[in-house]
Amino acid sequence: MTVTDIDLPFAKRTLPNGLDVIVHEDHHVPIVAVNIWYHVGSKNERLGRTGFAHLFEHLMFEGSEHHNAGYFPPLQRAGALLNGSTNTDRTNYWEVVPTSAVDLALWMESDRMGYLLPALTRQRFETQRDVVLNERRQNYENRPYGLALIAILAALFPPEHPYHWLTIGAADDIRAMQFEDVQEFFRTYYHPANASVVLAGDIEVARGFDLAEEYFGGIPAGPKPAPVRADAVLGHEHRMTFEDRVELPRIYMAWHSPAMFAAGDAEMDLLADLLATGKTSRLYRSLVYDRRIAVDVSAYQSSREIGSFFLLAVTAAPGHPLSDVLSLIDQTLQAVVDEGPTDAELERSMAQAEAHFVYRLQTVGGFGGKSDQLNAYNVLRRDPGYFAADLGRYRAATGRTVQAAAQAYLRFDRRVLLAVVPRGQQSLSVPGAEPVSVS
Amino acid sequence: MTVNRSRLPDIGPDPQFLFPIIVRHTLDNGLKVRTIEHPSVPVISFIVQVDGGSGSDPATQEGLAAIVADMIDEGTGSLSALDVSDALARIGADYDVDVGADATMFGLTTLTRFADRGASLLASLVTRPSLRQDDFARVQQLRLDRLRQLKDLAPAVAERAFLRLLYGTHPYGHLPIGNDRSLRDITLPHIAEFHERIYRPNRATLVVAGALSHTEMLQLARDAFGSWTGTGRDSAMEPSVVDASVDGHSRLAIVARDGAAQSELRIGQLAARRNTPDYPALLLMNAVLGGQFVSRVNLKLREEKGYTYGARTGFDWRRGVAPFVLQASVHTASTADAIKDALGEIEGMTSSRPPSSDELMLARASLTRGYPRGFETAQQVARGVAQLALYDLPDTYFEEFIPKVHAVTVDDVVTATRRYLDPGTLTALVVGDHGVVGDSLATLGLGPPELLPSES
Repeated sequence: MTVTDIDLPFAKRTLPNGLDVIVHEDHHVPIVAVNIWYHVGSKNERLGRTGFAHLFEHLMFEGSEHHNAGYFPPLQRAGALLNGSTNTDRTNYWEVVPTSAVDLALWMESDRMGYLLPALTRQRFETQRDVVLNERRQNYENRPYGLALIAILAALFPPEHPYHWLTIGAADDIRAMQFEDVQEFFRTYYHPANASVVLAGDIEVARGFDLAEEYFGGIPAGPKPAPVRADAVLGHEHRMTFEDRVELPRIYMAWHSPAMFAAGDAEMDLLADLLATGKTSRLYRSLVYDRRIAVDVSAYQSSREIGSFFLLAVTAAPGHPLSDVLSLIDQTLQAVVDEGPTDAELERSMAQAEAHFVYRLQTVGGFGGKSDQLNAYNVLRRDPGYFAADLGRYRAATGRTVQAAAQAYLRFDRRVLLAVVPRGQQSLSVPGAEPVSVS
Repeated sequence: MTVNRSRLPDIGPDPQFLFPIIVRHTLDNGLKVRTIEHPSVPVISFIVQVDGGSGSDPATQEGLAAIVADMIDEGTGSLSALDVSDALARIGADYDVDVGADATMFGLTTLTRFADRGASLLASLVTRPSLRQDDFARVQQLRLDRLRQLKDLAPAVAERAFLRLLYGTHPYGHLPIGNDRSLRDITLPHIAEFHERIYRPNRATLVVAGALSHTEMLQLARDAFGSWTGTGRDSAMEPSVVDASVDGHSRLAIVARDGAAQSELRIGQLAARRNTPDYPALLLMNAVLGGQFVSRVNLKLREEKGYTYGARTGFDWRRGVAPFVLQASVHTASTADAIKDALGEIEGMTSSRPPSSDELMLARASLTRGYPRGFETAQQVARGVAQLALYDLPDTYFEEFIPKVHAVTVDDVVTATRRYLDPGTLTALVVGDHGVVGDSLATLGLGPPELLPSES
C-alpha cells in the first residue's frame, strides 16, 4: 500500500427497519470495534432547552430493560474499551472488544437502542443531570478561556440557528430539564432508521451482517427525523470582550465557512494548517517566532453538517496588548488573501494531510478510528466509501483554490472578534469591543 | 432469529494473540536498539529514550531536562529551527517529546517511504542539536509564559503542589517544567552541559516499530545513529532512583482559588516502584478501587452521588518510589463530602472491604482481555517496548503479563495493598475556594488544613 492507493474498504447493507450496517475487515489484532451513530446532536435542540442531546447520551449508560444496571460492568469484564460522545450533529457510541465478545457488545447496544426507557428512573436521570453540571463546571466554567466558545457561537449564529449554543448546553437549561422529556426524545431519535452501525476489525463481512440482523433486526423503525436546516449570515464585524481568570489575554476570531465536505471545506482546513501549525506557519512565525508578541496560535476549520466555522486564537505575550496582536494577525491574513499560499507551503500542508489519512487507518475503533470514519461518511455523506474521495478533495486543492477560499471566507468585515482579558485589565482588549457576560 | 434477552450472551474463549517479537542489538557506540515488525499500515515509529528526565534536574535548576528537550528541535547542523519544522512537515511526521521523571522520550512517526529521512532527522536532532543562544532565549521565555498560564489551570496547580507535598525536596518533587526562578537561572551553558552528560548513546535506547523487516530497521538505526559518540563523563549519581522518605501522618492542605466553581482534589501517598513484583496485584487493586469507570471511587462519587464528572485513582509510575493518587474535580459545595467518601473507599480497600472475588474477576478480565488492544499501532508498540527498557523489564514481559495477572489471588491483593497503602498517612490536597470550603474541611478529622501559597 502506498499513499496513492490507500483506501478504507467496506460492505454495507440496510436492514428492513432502516438500520445501516457497515462491516470492515482487519484481522491484525483480535479485536472488533462496534460503533453506532445516531443522527442527533445539539442541532436538534432549541433555545432554552439546550444540552439535552448530551444529557441523553449519559442516560444511555445507565441500563436498559434486559440489563437493568450500569452499562459498563459486563463490557469491562469482557475486556472492552467503550465510550460515547455528542456534538452538534450526531451522537456516537462505541466499544472495542476482543473478538470473543462481539455478541455481548451487540446485545448491549441493541438492548439500549430497543429497550432503554423501561430501565430509566427519575433518580438515575437526576444524578446524571448533576454529573453533567459537574462536567460543565470542570470543562468550561473552571477552565481558563473555557467560556470563550460559548460567547463566540452565540454571536456567530442567530438565536434560532441550532449552532447558536454549545453542545454542553446552558447551565440553567440543564437544571430545568425534566425526566418526562426523555421519552419523546428517545422515540424521535433513537431508533434504527436514524442510526448507523459499523463493525470493524477481526470479523468476516457475512458474520457481521448476520449478527447485526440478529440483534438489531427486531427493533421497530421509527419515523426518520426531518433534516435540520438553517442559515446564518454575518454582515459585519462583531467585537466583544469579557474578563476571565487568566494571566494572559487572548484574541479569538471566527468566521462562517463551508459545511463539512462542501466546496472550500478542505481548503479551509489547509488554510488553518498553513496559518497556525508548526513554526513555519504564517501566524506562528510572525507572532511567536519573529516578533514574539504572542505565546501561542491555533486555527482550525470546525467542519459541521449545516455550516462550519473557522476559528483562530492567539494568546498575547506578557506586556503586549491585544490591539498589537490584532494588527499583526490582520496583516498576516491580508497577505494570504492577497497572494495565496506559496508552493512550498502548499506542498508541506499536503504532505501532512496525506500522512494523516494514512495514520487514520491504524486503529479500528474509538473516536476517529476506522469504524468512526465509516460512520461519519455514511451518516453525513450517505456514502461510506467516501474515504478516497475525501483524500481527493485535498489533492485537488491548489494555491488558487486555497487563496479563493481565504478571499471568500476570511473577511475582516464578516467576523466575530472576542478578546478575553485578565480581570481588571480591560486596557489590554481591542478597541470597540462590547463587554459581554457569559456563564 | 429472536434474541434471547433473558441473559447476557457468553463470552467466547480468549482469542490467540501473538505479542510482538522484539529483536535486540547494541551498536558499537553502546546505543541499545530494539526493532519490532508491525506490518499493518505503511507507517514507522521511532523512539529515542534518553536515560534522564526531570528527576535529573539539579536542585537549583528545576526545569532543565525539559528545556533541553525543548531545544532539540530548534536546529541541527545547517538547519535552523524553521528548517527543522519544515523538514518534519514535509515527511508528514508526527514528532513528540515526553519529559518524565526518569527519562526523556523523543518520538517520530512517519510514512514508511520516508523512514530513512525520519531516522536521520531524528538522529541529527537528538545527537547534534545546535543549541543557539537566540533560540534558547525564545524557548526560555515561552516556558516562563507557559508557567504563568499554568497558574490558571486548577489541575496543574494541584499537580505541582501535590508532588511537593509528597516528595518534599526530593528530585521527584517538582513538575518537569520547573519554577519561575529556576527557569530564569538556567543559561545556555547549563543546557549544553546537561546534553553532553545525559544524551549519550550508552544511556539511550532506540526503538523502531514499523512496516519494515528487522534487518531493514536495524540498518536504518546503524546509518542514522551509528556515528553518535558520547564524550561526556559518567555521572556518579542517579538522583531519580533514590528513595524518598515517607512521612508518618495524614495531612490536609489547601491552595486557595477564590470563586472556583469546583474543587480540584488529590489524595494519596508514596507507594511503590514500577518494577516491584507486586505490580500485577497493585494493578488489580487499582482497577477495583479507581482505575476504571466501574471502580468503587467513580461509582460512589459520580454515579451514586453526582459530585463529579469523574473520579479515578492510579500510580504515577517511576523507577523510584511512585505515588498512588486519587483525583477528582468536584462541585465546590460537595468538597468535604467527596473527600470523606474518597477516604472511606481507600480505607475500605485496606481494611474492612478488600476486593470481593467478583470484583477481582472483573478487574482481572478487564486487564487481560483488553491487553491486545494496546498493540494496534506502531506507535503503541514502540512506546510499550520503550517502557520495558525504562523499567528494566524482560522482553518476555508482554506474553507473561496475562498469566501473571491471572495468578494473583485476593490474598495477594490484600497483602500488596496493606504493604503500600496506609490510610493513616494519606495526604489530601484541595485547590478551591478557601472561604467556602475551609470550615467544612475542618470536620474531616485530618486536622486544620494547611494553607499553601499558589506557587510552591
